[in-house]
Amino acid sequence: MKIADSPLLDIKNLHVHFTIREGLLRTNDATVKAVNGLSIALDAGDIFGLVGESGCGKTTLGRAVVGLAPITSGEVCFNGLNIVGLSGREAYERARHIQLIFQDPYSSLHPRKTVRDLVGEGMKFQGLAKGYEIDERVLAMLERLGLSIGHMYRYAHEFSGGQRQRISLARALVLHPEVLILDEPTSALDVSVQAQILNLLKELQSEFNLTYLFISHNLVVVRYMSNRIGVMYLGHLVETGLTNDVFRKPQHPYTRVLLSSMPSIDPDIAHTRILLEGDPPTPIDLPPGCPFAPRCCEVREHCNLEKPPLVQRGDDSTHLVACHFPYPH
Amino acid sequence: MAADLLLSVKDLKVYFYTLRGLVHALERVSFYVNRQETLGLAGETGCGKSVTARSILRLIDPPGRIMSGNIFFEGRDLLALNKAEMRHIRGSQISMIMQEPKISLNPVIRVGDQVAETLLVHDRSLNRRSARKQAVDMLAQLGIPDATRISRRYAHELSGGMGQRVMIAMMLVTRPKLLIADEPTSALDVSVQGQILELMQKLTKDIGTSVLMITHDLAVMAQTCDWVAVMYAGDVIEMGLVRDVLKHPQHPYTQDLLKTIPDKGNPNEPLYSIKGNVPSLLEPWTNCRYAPRCNYVMDRCKREIPPRYVLNKSHQVACFLYEGQGEIEMDKECFKETASP
Repeated sequence: MKIADSPLLDIKNLHVHFTIREGLLRTNDATVKAVNGLSIALDAGDIFGLVGESGCGKTTLGRAVVGLAPITSGEVCFNGLNIVGLSGREAYERARHIQLIFQDPYSSLHPRKTVRDLVGEGMKFQGLAKGYEIDERVLAMLERLGLSIGHMYRYAHEFSGGQRQRISLARALVLHPEVLILDEPTSALDVSVQAQILNLLKELQSEFNLTYLFISHNLVVVRYMSNRIGVMYLGHLVETGLTNDVFRKPQHPYTRVLLSSMPSIDPDIAHTRILLEGDPPTPIDLPPGCPFAPRCCEVREHCNLEKPPLVQRGDDSTHLVACHFPYPH
Repeated sequence: MAADLLLSVKDLKVYFYTLRGLVHALERVSFYVNRQETLGLAGETGCGKSVTARSILRLIDPPGRIMSGNIFFEGRDLLALNKAEMRHIRGSQISMIMQEPKISLNPVIRVGDQVAETLLVHDRSLNRRSARKQAVDMLAQLGIPDATRISRRYAHELSGGMGQRVMIAMMLVTRPKLLIADEPTSALDVSVQGQILELMQKLTKDIGTSVLMITHDLAVMAQTCDWVAVMYAGDVIEMGLVRDVLKHPQHPYTQDLLKTIPDKGNPNEPLYSIKGNVPSLLEPWTNCRYAPRCNYVMDRCKREIPPRYVLNKSHQVACFLYEGQGEIEMDKECFKETASP
């Protein structure tokens, strides 16, 4: 999968497990296995779309990479250096290179800080600028993102969802990161605002030489934005490859279900949705074998016994799938 | 063939008296729903869809006020009813499902009891045991496995999909004539969304309930609705059969909205985005509200309010571009049509 240079962001066999205590006397322990053995490599300039439904672990993965979720085992290599387990000064310096844009623009901006402080604080703490220089840089970034000087001394609640996402982007971009992890950046927005934000993200990518990890459950948006894609289910990466390949020739049964659920606005196209039985299970105490086995329409006995590895099954070396009986059959 | 009209909303005007000024939420909202058909109310945040839904059930509290208009349900104007009569309608004749089931369900009452309660409130002759049984049957019909056991659970113990099924059970158990669904699947995952929509369609067909489906998701609309009414800034700017509106949109806003959806678009081209912003509803309505953003704007659009023009087969548009092409809509009673041939 990797050709020449090493990847910019290399996530290797990452596990993120949470221990929870259940029961009245808090004696029962259970483990929420949010992320299980995930490996993704991002090259500079990639837009890697990470798709999956609620509870699959994609948000946890994004948070773990920036240190907002505890990593149980595995490595996260940025420019060749493992940033897991770094502390103090080193961790702090690494922090500015990988920034996270949160899902909910309504709760991720401090309500009592002005836009100028929200966007400029990071620069102050990282020692990148001080005094009036901060104001200048904040203003320049706000204007680049379609806001203006009149917005600088207002508070978050005075802005619409789309504007708040722009503020979040400004906050991240003033630090000149190399990687942006975008967690459902447009899910809370209307379609017309979504279009503006997606266009903006593409412009910014080429202008600032950014690499994106684009997390979303919206396949239509992911297909538009990303050149590579990974499908997650219950903390596992079940399929990955170039976006066009995976969309045209999906190999994993779960990918097929997801793709079939993509709605079309053409009422004449009969929507043949592959229906899954039941609700998605919780990532507590996963059974052995393939995580998708309980809901898979192609399941056979072997699937419940052995967990399938993520390997190449077709002709394309970049297209990997974790399934004992992938399509086409 | 003239259709059987169930609900007819005429020129609904709703304002909110807020500290920042008078918010003109709805100006002249008009649409109709036939028996056993589904109308989708489409539009983006702030256009007035939810206010419209709540107005139908007369759930607008101060500082909001229904200023004028009519809401005819089976021939009776709901706005002329007294509180007792309205309470009889709410929940039994007209029901509403909200977006987030976990917020709408009572957290301290078992879900089965909540469904049963709906029955007991509207039918005094029913006894508790019989109501419980009907509730469990309804939950089972909605695909909830082990319905008896689940009916003894509390709302927070259920997943989003299950919670929404309970809401639907609660709202359909009285077999209402009209179901208002306010973004019923927005908070759910795509795989669950599919299940819920299919269930809703099946049940409403079985019971014969009409549906007013409110959503910003045009794809959901395409798959589930017979008719579509598109709202912008408090006005219904286009209404027609779903095929007509989505495949041959007439109003510039509808056309622009459809263009912004990245449906099989070329990834190398920027997405179409509508210039400008949604207008402030604090301003009184003096001219077409879409004028500042419209690609076809004319001088007239900035000075006058466009009337509704009726094109063929009940496709209505509120846009000066169609002057001369259609009749100005005078009285909705003349233009009842049905979606079935």
